[in-house]
Amino acid sequence: MSGQTHGSNTDDVAPGFTGAPTESVAHGIGIYLIGVVLAALLTVASFSVVYTHLIWGPAIPVMLGVLAVAQIGVHLVFFLHLTTAPDNTNNVLALAFGVLIVALLIGGSLWIMDNLNQNMLPMYQMMQMQR
Amino acid sequence: MSITQALPRAPGGNFDPYRVGRSSGGGGGGRYDATGHGEGGPASKDVIVGYGFWIFILSDIIMFSAFFAAHAVLQTATAGGPSGHDLFRPSSIAIETACLLVSSFTCGLSAVAARVRSQVWTQIWLLATGLLGLAFVLLESRDFAGMVAAGAGPQRSAFLSSFFAVVGLHGLHVSAGLLWLGTMMAQLLAKGFRPNVQRRLLCFNLFWHALDIIWVALFTIVYLIGEGR
Repeated sequence: MSGQTHGSNTDDVAPGFTGAPTESVAHGIGIYLIGVVLAALLTVASFSVVYTHLIWGPAIPVMLGVLAVAQIGVHLVFFLHLTTAPDNTNNVLALAFGVLIVALLIGGSLWIMDNLNQNMLPMYQMMQMQR
Repeated sequence: MSITQALPRAPGGNFDPYRVGRSSGGGGGGRYDATGHGEGGPASKDVIVGYGFWIFILSDIIMFSAFFAAHAVLQTATAGGPSGHDLFRPSSIAIETACLLVSSFTCGLSAVAARVRSQVWTQIWLLATGLLGLAFVLLESRDFAGMVAAGAGPQRSAFLSSFFAVVGLHGLHVSAGLLWLGTMMAQLLAKGFRPNVQRRLLCFNLFWHALDIIWVALFTIVYLIGEGR
């Protein structure tokens, strides 16, 4: 009975969670195929940026960051099925909080350590002071 | 569809507007049984279990971010020892990346097969996922063994300590995932497509895809950016 009621609403529920039994196999495989092709293209792009010297050197880290964020987005949407459906609102909000914490942790560490590095005496001066 | 059809019914057949929930009996109604819509009631157990496991994955990612932060700070602290450019072999990293990406894909195919309750195909795709994951772990441990044998073990420099910590942590997660995968295949074989087994499969899928996401961050920050340092 519940299978029947779930069947009529593939548009309103997060895919992969409920309402899935009526979703056709071909459709399900198609989503994963799109995901794996996009992810593979982005991976190949990342590796070729580093190993072919197509891109101006100092721009490589920025380019890699952009490609990585794009690929993580592809994974979230096509593999983890993070959508805008009502059932997914809590998942998206939790992810946003997680991203905030990760950004604070990594960004903050880099910022603080870089600041310390700049305020520290160069190594040879330190050695001379210790003599 | 008339309004009485869309509303839940009491066991006697009488219309019961106060019954909560949609998972037992008649459930919610029509197209409005998504969370917070119309007669839907509380979210289904699938949604709640998925949410809980998603919280765990996010906390795991936050733990990883601390390791990533340490590595990002220490990436240039080679103490006169070998740098990433000397140690990393692009072909090996590319093969490992391909293994994990394809295993993520086959894991997704197993989820599609589990949704239509095909025991054979679910087992086949889970097995493929496990073999690819195993290939990844073996390749990575071969790389590690080669580095240690060449005198570039975790005790050589701060850069290598943080490298082995973050990459090894991911490798440990993949190994644990492989053990979990084995138990899931056994459970599926012994118990069939029970609702609780299907929810565990859902959690395993989330875990495996999350490991691939962490690997994307890992090969970008540790290997590709490390290559230029």
